Amino acid sequence: MNSNQNAANQSSLNEWPLWEVFVRSKSGLDHKHCGSLHAADPQMAIQLARDVYTRRLEGCSVWVVRSDQIVASDPADKGMYFDPMEDKVYRHPTFYKLPSEVDHM
Amino acid sequence: MYTQAMDQQPKEERERKAVRSVEEVELERRFDAKIDAGDFIEAKDWMPDHYRKTLLRQISQHAHSEIVGMLPEGNWITRAPTLKRKAILLAKVQDEGGHGLYLYAAAETLGTSRDQMIDALHSGKAKYSSIFNYPTLTWADIGTIGWLVDGAAIMNQVPICRCSYAPYARAMIRICREESFHQRQGFDALLVMMRDGTPEQRAMVQDAVNRWWWPSIMMFGPPDDQSPNSAQGMRWGIKRVSNDTLRQRFVDATVEQAKVLGVTLPDPDLKWNAEREHYDFGAIDWDEFKRVIAGEGPCNRERLATRQKAWDDGAWVRDAALAYARKQATKQEAA
Repeated sequence: MNSNQNAANQSSLNEWPLWEVFVRSKSGLDHKHCGSLHAADPQMAIQLARDVYTRRLEGCSVWVVRSDQIVASDPADKGMYFDPMEDKVYRHPTFYKLPSEVDHM
Repeated sequence: MYTQAMDQQPKEERERKAVRSVEEVELERRFDAKIDAGDFIEAKDWMPDHYRKTLLRQISQHAHSEIVGMLPEGNWITRAPTLKRKAILLAKVQDEGGHGLYLYAAAETLGTSRDQMIDALHSGKAKYSSIFNYPTLTWADIGTIGWLVDGAAIMNQVPICRCSYAPYARAMIRICREESFHQRQGFDALLVMMRDGTPEQRAMVQDAVNRWWWPSIMMFGPPDDQSPNSAQGMRWGIKRVSNDTLRQRFVDATVEQAKVLGVTLPDPDLKWNAEREHYDFGAIDWDEFKRVIAGEGPCNRERLATRQKAWDDGAWVRDAALAYARKQATKQEAA
């Protein structure tokens, strides 16, 4: 994801907006973020995404999203947000030791 | 070519701020610990100013190299000898454009806009790889660029896939995956001429190799003892392998390939050193390297003028597309 948009935006009133590109590599799988590009409008963004990110059969479907529309967690909050899960080992199946007869449960 | 950027830092940026706040010292301590643990740095993470600037310079100059690198090869698209070679060359030049875009996007995450970077290229403030300032005189130059120039670039780029700055590393992984065909197609094109070609065609290949060999091994940048910023780059996990080590790897690999091809490399001092288990090679003309970097190569002015013209000629297209998009958005709002 491209950050520091404010600094960049000041000098780029005439720059095409930035889009994030997500590609589904084959049917049945989820779309994965693969990069970003500049385009004037949604149609152009889709077309450029095809040209830039799927020149070698990398995908069968493309999503584009305006970068400034994405809301992301703050890296400074990483500890506060994600560390509490560290000590909740009971959320994982490996926490439970069952008798060997049923251990494939 | 990419290590070149690191070796050319402006002096004032090499001298780091002496006075820093307690908070900044603590942030930098955590940053260093992350690097030491082999962790990646993402765009929004705190990073030292100097790290940001070094990366911005390296990635943007890498991007410029990809874009300017389209020019010497583009010169031959209309004159490729067969439809097959033309399709291959088109695909390759399109890839270079794509690689430039991945890299500009990675550089933008550091807080500089695309237009600012392009402006720095056009004004001469930002550099690009010295290699693209040499002319492509014959069709054999195209094969030789694939074999030697892309070969050297790949050697340089593979270690950057492990760069500590994650957006750059991700772009490099994609680029390296795509670029392996570039070197192979070049070697293949030369091999056809050497095996099935006329004596004139074989002489043409040898001539191209003679002209591109030295500029290719210059692509790895100055020798380690004249590369004062390398240590910091290594410390930060931006640079993983030294210039001289990469150059030696390239020479060792290429000598063997030249034998298969049946060409000689234009260096009388090139010979196997059983003790070192590497090929020794002759002295590199670093004055030429410095001249080309400073703008005095055979094609510097032509390359920049071509880029500037493309940018200027495209201005109305960029403006029209934006005006159309704004008009459509206004219409939609009104509806």
